[in-house]
Amino acid sequence: MNLFIGQLGHLSVIVAFAAALVAAYSYFQSSRGRALGEEDPSWLRLARGAFFVHGVAIFSVIGCLFNIIYAHRYEYYYAWSHSSNHLPVQYMISCFWEGQEGSFLLWIFWQVLLGFCIMRFNRKWEAPVMAVFSGVQLFLVSMILGVVLGGVKVGSSPFILLREFLTDLPVWKMNPDFVPKDGTGLNALLQNYWMVIHPPTLFLGFALTLVPFAFAIAALWKRELTAWVKPALPWTLIGGGVLGVGVVMGAYWAYETLNFGGYWNWDPVENAVYIPWLVLVASLHGLVLWQKRRTGLRTAFALVVATFVLILYATFLTRSGVLGNASVHSFTDLGLSGQLFIYLAAFAVLAVALLISRWKEIPVSAKELNAYNPELWVFVGATVLCLGAFQVLFTTSIPVYNSFMGLIGIKTNVALPADQIAHYSKLQLWMGVFVALLSGIAQIMWWQRNNAETLINSLTAPTLLTLLGTALVVLLVRYNGLTITAPYIVLTLAGLFGVLANFSTIFNLLRRGIRLSGGAVAHLGIALMLLGILASAGYSNVISRNVSGLMYSREFTDELNNDNVLLWRNESAPMRGYKLTYTGQYFEVPGVPGYVDKQFLYRTDDDYKAVARAPIAVDGKTYYKTGDTLEILPENTYYRINYKDQKSGEQFTLYPRAQVNEEMGGLLASPAIKKFWGHDIYTHISSVLDPRKEKPWSEAKESVLSVGDTIFLNDYFAVFRAVEAAHETAGLNLQKGDLALQADMIVYGEKRQYHVHPVFVVRNRMVGRVPDEVEDLGVRITFNAVDPATGKFTFGVSTTQKDYVILKAMEKPFINLLWSGTLLMALGFGLSVRQRGGKGVIAEEAPETEATEEASSRAARPQPVS
Amino acid sequence: MKKSHLFILAIIAVASAIILSTTADASVYVGFSEARQRAAEGNNTKVHVVGKLLRDSQKRPIDLQYDPMTDPNYFAFTLVDSTHVAQRVVYNQPQPQDFETSEQVVITGCMKGNVFMADNILLKCPSKYVKKDLKGATASVK
Repeated sequence: MNLFIGQLGHLSVIVAFAAALVAAYSYFQSSRGRALGEEDPSWLRLARGAFFVHGVAIFSVIGCLFNIIYAHRYEYYYAWSHSSNHLPVQYMISCFWEGQEGSFLLWIFWQVLLGFCIMRFNRKWEAPVMAVFSGVQLFLVSMILGVVLGGVKVGSSPFILLREFLTDLPVWKMNPDFVPKDGTGLNALLQNYWMVIHPPTLFLGFALTLVPFAFAIAALWKRELTAWVKPALPWTLIGGGVLGVGVVMGAYWAYETLNFGGYWNWDPVENAVYIPWLVLVASLHGLVLWQKRRTGLRTAFALVVATFVLILYATFLTRSGVLGNASVHSFTDLGLSGQLFIYLAAFAVLAVALLISRWKEIPVSAKELNAYNPELWVFVGATVLCLGAFQVLFTTSIPVYNSFMGLIGIKTNVALPADQIAHYSKLQLWMGVFVALLSGIAQIMWWQRNNAETLINSLTAPTLLTLLGTALVVLLVRYNGLTITAPYIVLTLAGLFGVLANFSTIFNLLRRGIRLSGGAVAHLGIALMLLGILASAGYSNVISRNVSGLMYSREFTDELNNDNVLLWRNESAPMRGYKLTYTGQYFEVPGVPGYVDKQFLYRTDDDYKAVARAPIAVDGKTYYKTGDTLEILPENTYYRINYKDQKSGEQFTLYPRAQVNEEMGGLLASPAIKKFWGHDIYTHISSVLDPRKEKPWSEAKESVLSVGDTIFLNDYFAVFRAVEAAHETAGLNLQKGDLALQADMIVYGEKRQYHVHPVFVVRNRMVGRVPDEVEDLGVRITFNAVDPATGKFTFGVSTTQKDYVILKAMEKPFINLLWSGTLLMALGFGLSVRQRGGKGVIAEEAPETEATEEASSRAARPQPVS
Repeated sequence: MKKSHLFILAIIAVASAIILSTTADASVYVGFSEARQRAAEGNNTKVHVVGKLLRDSQKRPIDLQYDPMTDPNYFAFTLVDSTHVAQRVVYNQPQPQDFETSEQVVITGCMKGNVFMADNILLKCPSKYVKKDLKGATASVK
């Protein structure tokens, strides 16, 4: 029992909290009443010192918490509930942020690093920006403070001891120093490499939204209403890229791990990040408009503030327990709802009040935009993004309305839409259409002087090609016997136009020798993603239809849902275009590539250890010999499904998984995916015989046999070949003086033969029997008795339910467009950061358009409106 | 009227359309008697029903019907809502794993004839998130 590390950790949390308070106050004082860049040096020194202490304290908190997990200190609740002895080191990082406290800590950690960057690279803005930073840190650290002030619990400490959490366990009365031997483990669903990198990416994105927000607040406070855009812009670009990639990473994890049949389920937890991302991207367009064309500053201010408030709202939604029934995977309610709400309300009210009070002073462009100004189309695009975000926000908040009405005493029964996917898609689809069209038009117009003639010149080629391409797509879809609805045709049209217009922009810029435009690359990526989503989600096709010709007579034959098929073990069944065979259950053995047949393994008393029954070899290399003890991962059972293409005869094998996961309510299925260039084959188990339950065996039928006899076992037969001394195999722990015999039998199955070795043991005149089982056939043989006088042996034969799986399989056409579009988008963001990072000088950016630029920016010089 | 005003009007129009469409799509939590009444009135919109399974004295659920060998896509059970109205529910999917241990069941769908056709089942399992059981410490907390 190590109490020191927890006390050190908790002390560090308190120090971090106090230091953040000091830093916030001194940064505020150093800048109060002074112009930007003329801070009070003594307050500033104190503030820097305090923030540095804050950072060191946070590193210490992280070190302590990681030590608790890494050293398996189960006297602490956090280690006990999130880790276990069997957890591989790389996933210990994931347990760090599985709990709420750890994920807050991750968020705090990123903001410390970003704070250091601001102190280093944005000296001029340091004081007011860091005052906001420290204020936000103060609130975040209070979430993990874990102290009781005046009877109110403030924050939940990750360093709480098990005995402080589970106070009424009787064991504490007998032994207050009781430490469990093992933890309850990391949720096995999260034992996935994506879960190691997805949360840090997402929280880095969360943290990055604070930077433009802090700049905006600093600008409003210091009345430096225009100069903040330049330093804030590169941070916003990084934020947009990181958060976007983080969202798609989450989608990819869901696609690989969960079994709802896709990558996006409109779950509130997903929406909570999607909404601020849309608004963040919209705000980015506002900032670029101001930086390059001196318009849209008010929009930029409003959207930057909105993004941060929405991040706080997302935190409130997912962590306060308000979603309750609505989400499958929100965090545990730690009773911090009130604190979260105060945090949300404080920042929202202060920021909005400050914005309103300065609103009239924010310069606007005097120029009225017309259709030949690309600025107009960028602005419309940003508006479309905000409206799309608004739709998701309005629906996702339905549980919040219910709680709110409940709070003021009115009982409401509004529920989320019954078909959420249809509800969101029908409007988000139009957002996609406008985003793709506008991005194409605005990108082309952005880089040229616009009048009727130049516009027609540059738009003709992409438009004609788009029409041609769309016609081709419609024909191909029809040719394949599928239907395409009008909205889908429009989305195809818009998506193709987005791709071609952005591609032509990139091509023209490169030809004119300017440079690769990050914006055009990112927009090209987005247009590809839209096409990928349209194809993979709109034409996701269930291929596991019942094609046996058998119709089950039920109440509703007209709308029978036959999406799942039953496969008996080792029997083939036809499915659209494929012949499927289920050939057995497999385990993952660390160190052995692929999966190992369960029939090659004897399970032992230790769930995580097994003994090899036969040499375990892959591609000619033997990893374990017969009788070796090896490690297995018992939570996951893999079902080997062989696919054979009925036309080409090509074969491949998929291993969909069933995972024993008590935390998520029992048995969870994860899909297996075979990737082709043009589509994915996605398969998951819908129902299996529960691997946790003992199989019900039929009553044993006894047979008396002599060596050489043949017996019938239901549909199969077996030859009894010999009796020999038992080898030390099945973990029998044979001792001196034991008599152990094993029978050698060969069972003839449909496909192959099986050696069966039931064992008969006599130890201290006690008889023991170790039956042997052929899982493939559902047969078990027990060596019951030996009659030395007659040379006859008695065997018991029992049978069980033959093994089967019920599975669902889908085809996801062109899903690779989505993933490759995401990569392009990330690349585009990266290019923009490099190109715009810190510079933002118009003449340097686009020499070709210099003339117009200067004219327009002269006309649109910021003019404060009184 | 300036162009910017027109633009703001357009935004307000779209936002109102979004609110209206959400209101139209939003479902409600009801009991089975109201679900039946809706069906009788020819209202086939989908509703949410929260309920519990019928259980025998050993807390085992009764009346579950799932026979994968005959039809893997047919699962039927009886659900009792909070006003103690029992209703046969049909779900054209395999039986969800661990259906039997769930404390509370939320279904969405609508009445079709004598049965409730569910197209979605959400299970609430005991101690789904907070770990409160400590093996080897001889007792558990409630």
